Amino acid sequence: MYFEKIAELIADKIDCPVSDITLETKFSDLGIDSLDLAELAMNLEDEFSITLEMTSDIATVGDLVKKIESLVG
Amino acid sequence: MSFRIAGTGMYVPENIVTNDDLSKIVETNDEWIKTRVGIERRHVSVNETTADMAVKAAQAALENSGVKAEELDLILVSTVSGDYVSPSVSCLVQKALGVHCLAYDISAACSAFLFLLETAAGYFARGKVKKALVIGAERMSRIIDWDDRSTCVIFGDGAGAAVLEEGDNYLASLFNVQGGDEVIRIPTPAGKSPFYKGESLGDPYVYMNGQETFKFAVSSISRDIKQVLEDASLSLEDIKYVVPHQANLRIIDAASRRSGIPLEKFYVNIQEYGNTSSASVPMALDELNRAGKLERGDLILFTAFGGGLASAASIIRW
Repeated sequence: MYFEKIAELIADKIDCPVSDITLETKFSDLGIDSLDLAELAMNLEDEFSITLEMTSDIATVGDLVKKIESLVG
Repeated sequence: MSFRIAGTGMYVPENIVTNDDLSKIVETNDEWIKTRVGIERRHVSVNETTADMAVKAAQAALENSGVKAEELDLILVSTVSGDYVSPSVSCLVQKALGVHCLAYDISAACSAFLFLLETAAGYFARGKVKKALVIGAERMSRIIDWDDRSTCVIFGDGAGAAVLEEGDNYLASLFNVQGGDEVIRIPTPAGKSPFYKGESLGDPYVYMNGQETFKFAVSSISRDIKQVLEDASLSLEDIKYVVPHQANLRIIDAASRRSGIPLEKFYVNIQEYGNTSSASVPMALDELNRAGKLERGDLILFTAFGGGLASAASIIRW
């Protein structure tokens, strides 16, 4: 369930079809840089009521999904 | 009683450094800097000190206001890049202007100009001063790591000033300070003490955690604008310009998206000057003033954020 919401937020942010985003997609391949990730993190924090730090080990959408799952519990 | 702004001034070094110039120093390029930060050029001192720039901005503001230097009762300067730890930049300005009045610096990083206005307002409220000079002056080029491409492309040098006189045009203000050195810090030089065995605080250059700075900035702008409007019982439609600290165009973009405030409402000049820390707000105000974009009675909302961490917002009537 987190994947769908995250994919939607990413697609909205970079204005691309949601279908372009898979668990394996790398943020760098989407042209998403560190400040885009920070804005995405803020949107995710609002969405899931968490505090999220985008650490350097989050490289793919799948990494982010796992991180959110661990934070939301 | 608070104050009204009687005049403004600014000064930037003549030497312009373009993004192409920077690409010869660090691995970067014009396209990347323009799209990722929104800066096209910045002015960088070749032989001027922070105090030199502060004095020139002050003289321009005095001339614009019609106030004579000897009428000043108070000089306040904000800087993170003063020439000395002591004397303060304000004392050097005082000497250059040949006046004798209360003069001191305030340290609150990029949001410091708003702290100057707040401090000055207190003196006016107590009837202690009739004319005050407030200056944000920064030679960021002295305190940035020119080997670090993530920070050296962002900053520029400059000074902005305003002359304040008695009035009732300082309408509202708020300050959010949440102390910590994890996100933004500028260590002082390590010194030579043979006794100190503590941890090194790092090189004496600007350190920023980009993502956390971005989050703090965007959330602060969005929250502070809403709150200060509410405090003043005003709505966004009442405001002629929102003048934000010019840190990074993407911060302003994201804050606009998050707050729903149209980008056109923000006055932006970062493309020309880069991030000049506490000088950016008074420089932007002076540009608006000299471009004839302000009419008496217009309401202007300032919003700033930076090291501390600290953020601030205030509303003035022009």
